[in-house]
Amino acid sequence: MTATRTAVTAGAVLVAIVLQAALFPHVAWRGVVPNLVLLVVVAGALTRGAQFGVVLGFCAGLALDLAPPAEHLAGRWALALMAVGYVAGMVRREARPTLPTVVVTAAVCSFVGTSVFAILGLVLSDPAVPVSQLLTAVGIGVVWDVLVTPLVLLPLLLLLVRLEPQRRFA
Amino acid sequence: MARRSFRWRPPASFSAREQGERRPPTALVVALALAGASLITLDHVGGDSSPVAPARAVVGEVVGPLETGASTVVRPFLAIPDFFTTRGSLRSDVEALEAENAELRGQLSASDVDRARLAEYDGLVATAEQQGVSLVPARVVAHGPAQTFSRTVTIDAGSRAGLTADMTVVSSDGLVGRILDVTTSTATVLLVVDADSTVGARVGRSMEVGFLSGRGHLDDPGRLDLELVDRSVVPAEGDVVLTWGSEESGPYRAGIPIGTVKEIFSTPRDTTQRAVIEPFVDFSTLDVVGVIVPDGTASDRTTIEADGGVG
Repeated sequence: MTATRTAVTAGAVLVAIVLQAALFPHVAWRGVVPNLVLLVVVAGALTRGAQFGVVLGFCAGLALDLAPPAEHLAGRWALALMAVGYVAGMVRREARPTLPTVVVTAAVCSFVGTSVFAILGLVLSDPAVPVSQLLTAVGIGVVWDVLVTPLVLLPLLLLLVRLEPQRRFA
Repeated sequence: MARRSFRWRPPASFSAREQGERRPPTALVVALALAGASLITLDHVGGDSSPVAPARAVVGEVVGPLETGASTVVRPFLAIPDFFTTRGSLRSDVEALEAENAELRGQLSASDVDRARLAEYDGLVATAEQQGVSLVPARVVAHGPAQTFSRTVTIDAGSRAGLTADMTVVSSDGLVGRILDVTTSTATVLLVVDADSTVGARVGRSMEVGFLSGRGHLDDPGRLDLELVDRSVVPAEGDVVLTWGSEESGPYRAGIPIGTVKEIFSTPRDTTQRAVIEPFVDFSTLDVVGVIVPDGTASDRTTIEADGGVG
């Protein structure tokens, strides 16, 4: 079961990376695309908690850092998505996440993830872009992520929950 | 479905016992954060000989071909939205006509894409002839998202096609960028509009030299800033800007058209003249590009030779 779960999660991350680079730029608004990898991390963290969330976030972020055409300093998305995994994992404290909770979590995580990435870039000036441009990208990114949440995050959540081992703790 | 609201049923492991275990161990968080920070530092300090480069290459070998495949699948569908916007006036037509049109559009869209691509290849052949260079044709298969604030694209030709880092990439309109990394089947291109990109440029009429830097925007104000070395020279609006550099070695080959002078700024405070350049290339709709390679490069695909022929 653990192997299946890991394989499904890794597969979801890979598919997200490819779609984000090859499909979504064609529908991008001002170059900003929905951050599918971030949504996969949110789904993983919501089903399995913050510990899994930070590890998944780190690994998925690292993959996003290294996959072409990424050229920024490696590790930026890793740290950003790790924060996302942590935040989403903490939301799981609530007993029964409902649709509104999931959507709000996606929005908050999108904001946190893109902001952490942007701030790291600002600190390292990699590349040096004006703050107004950062804010626009963060804002549009949140809108995109909320829009695709029903299409991406919810099916993924249902899939991952099905793979959860049943009743391990009484 | 008759569900009134989406209710996600939490896994059975949601229990009081797990509530307390939910916060991840501090050691794990700290370890991962440190790993991330050291990675950034390594990559930052390493510069061109970064220890992360081999890892990038390995991931590129896996993800690159996947992106190429995904792009091939997506491509035929791209013409459909274009069709709807250009035929916007048709929307007022009768429903039945629209239904019929939609069906015909579906059949037409594929041939539209092919026709457009043929025109782009023709343009590339013309470019090769004009510039007297050999080109390896390639297609853009993936774009870096704006969230990463760097403007890079992946093309579907790599070291097997004879490409190496620092080669100049052009389209039939003008300069596109230069190659940063290659894997066996793909290459990453830094677009000239990237905020980190700097290109040596020469203003066509006055032969003045300067440096072009990107603004990081892809579409409309996808413009470049030109700073001239000689501050006493004022470029004229409409002047064409070309690359300058050496004939053979990179990164940018000399004499490639980049764009035209759109606006000129000069404040007393500035030590140099600043001009805004409108690039010839539309970076948001890049498809077929050519990579300038030395004559006689061994390539796994047909190259466009300087005489307009193929080899």
